[in-house]
Amino acid sequence: MAEFDSPSAVVAATRRARENGFRKLDVYSPFPIEELNDALDLHHNKLPLIVLIGGLIGAVLGYLLQYYVAVIHYPLNIGGRPLHSWPAFIIVTFEMTILCASLSAVLGMLALNGLPMPYHPVFNVPRFALATRNRFFLCIEATDPLFDRETTPAFLESLGAREVSEVAQ
Amino acid sequence: MKTESTPELLPPPRAPLVQPGHTFGTVTDTISAIVLTRKTPLGWFVAFAAAFSLLMVFLVAITTLFVRGVGIFGINVPVGWGFDIVNFVWWIGIGHAGTLISAILLLLRQTWRNSINRFAEAMTLFAVACALVYPLAHLGRPWMFYWLFPYPNTMGIQPQFRSPLVWDVFAVSTYATVSLLFWYVGLIPDLATLRDRAPSRFARFTYGILAMGWRGSARHWQKYETASLLLAGLATPLVVSVHTVVSFDFAIGIMPGWHATIFPPYFVAGAIYSGFAMVMTLAIPLRAFYGLGDFITLRHLENMAKVMLATGLIVAYGYMIEAFMAWYSGNPYEEFMIYNRMTGPYAPMYWMLILCNVVIPQVLWFKQVRLNIPLLFVIALIVNVGMWLERYIIIAVSLHRDFLPSSWGMYSGTIWDWAVYIGTIGLFLTLLFLFIRFLPMISIFEIRTLLPQARVDEEAK
Repeated sequence: MAEFDSPSAVVAATRRARENGFRKLDVYSPFPIEELNDALDLHHNKLPLIVLIGGLIGAVLGYLLQYYVAVIHYPLNIGGRPLHSWPAFIIVTFEMTILCASLSAVLGMLALNGLPMPYHPVFNVPRFALATRNRFFLCIEATDPLFDRETTPAFLESLGAREVSEVAQ
Repeated sequence: MKTESTPELLPPPRAPLVQPGHTFGTVTDTISAIVLTRKTPLGWFVAFAAAFSLLMVFLVAITTLFVRGVGIFGINVPVGWGFDIVNFVWWIGIGHAGTLISAILLLLRQTWRNSINRFAEAMTLFAVACALVYPLAHLGRPWMFYWLFPYPNTMGIQPQFRSPLVWDVFAVSTYATVSLLFWYVGLIPDLATLRDRAPSRFARFTYGILAMGWRGSARHWQKYETASLLLAGLATPLVVSVHTVVSFDFAIGIMPGWHATIFPPYFVAGAIYSGFAMVMTLAIPLRAFYGLGDFITLRHLENMAKVMLATGLIVAYGYMIEAFMAWYSGNPYEEFMIYNRMTGPYAPMYWMLILCNVVIPQVLWFKQVRLNIPLLFVIALIVNVGMWLERYIIIAVSLHRDFLPSSWGMYSGTIWDWAVYIGTIGLFLTLLFLFIRFLPMISIFEIRTLLPQARVDEEAK
């Protein structure tokens, strides 16, 4: 794991690492850095699909609930007006859509990120506490095919890191 | 005429969003120190004690209400809705500014929102909590509040889904849930910051649990940003729909003074108006007391003042169109309604309303006023009062004289009406001060993105 003190440095280092063939990388930063999405080739986010499905489920549930209650289970004859009063049903359907979509967004994001995960090996590095303050860390994982215990730390040093640490399991 | 020698006209440079000289480290340290390391200032204890006393007033008032019933309020026939619904709408309206700042300004890429969105969203949550007291408190039999939800029951009855009161149940519950989710998700990276800087084991453990193990991984940030944008995109129509549904509580009815199509946009604009006024009322003392002027700058206050001015004009349009339509309709009941507002027994309140919401805020057109902090604070308080008067006028004054003169009556709030209201203010302030003490009131990671060091230089390697 290599420590940098500016976002430009860590983005440049990430690009160099990928050019050298490393693939199992991760970068830790105190704020989101958009350029890393390209540098780490992070695309194909499943979250929008999850939210869409959640929203659709909410819409269907909301509408069906109202239909069932107003038409089948507890029909009220108010001046002979239609029981299936769909314009009035729009509002609750809309709110249920938003509710289920938002719940899917939050739970989906947490699930896709594997959170809560109170323990992770990177927390064993004492300086990693600065990842939530003002330092940026590039971590090459040992499961990467090109990883080698001797040469990889030297490579990380060559990227201009402030400090290179080994992450214990 | 433009010639080659005319220099390109550039707009004047805008004030920075974060005072120069800050680094990622100082931003983190300044904001997290308020929670973690700085000794809690005496002022916090004093303010919290005051707020807690008001919360005790709330406890007494609500207990009395549940024991003795809604008769302790001033409601009568014809005025069946009084302070209870006025305050419900007032609190919900205040909440809307927080969501607007968090969600809508995020979608519009207005980065000046980054320093105010955390406590504005917290303000929303607490305002909605206060508002939610009233649907329970105003019921004649509050212990049966759950009948408002569609649950399978032995009586075989279900709520009336064509009623705006039922729509309200869904809208406000959804709003409370989504606001809580949005606020909590926004807090996760900052909770991780607090976890990593916490001095005591207990603090580290608690923040650690709440932060869910966040480590700032770029893979996580990517999905996090997507989730934030999606939530913002969902919260935007939600905020518009919630106050629209609240306005439907009135507009769907046939009362003169209520049955107006201008109500949905008029209420939403009014909500944003009162909400920003409350944000200013809170932001100005907080930034002065905690020394956060580097993050909540004059530019922020000026922008908020401009939003207030804009929404105030929409609200003024609403007043104008109400009066115009009442006259234009030719309907004698509508005409009398507006005549009664302007000249009847509650006329002083109506003209106070015009003064507070329409006349006084016009001074915000002047830049010197927008940059004058004490004046902004006073204007914000005046708008808060004005918006309360507006709801009172719409609700109580429309109800007290409707179609049939033999049914006319008068309304005034009793001591218990005031006690519950002041009590909810106590609830709000108590929650706010707890929030300030234990959580970062400014979004640390979003401020970091505003610093010039956060930009990635476009060099090849």
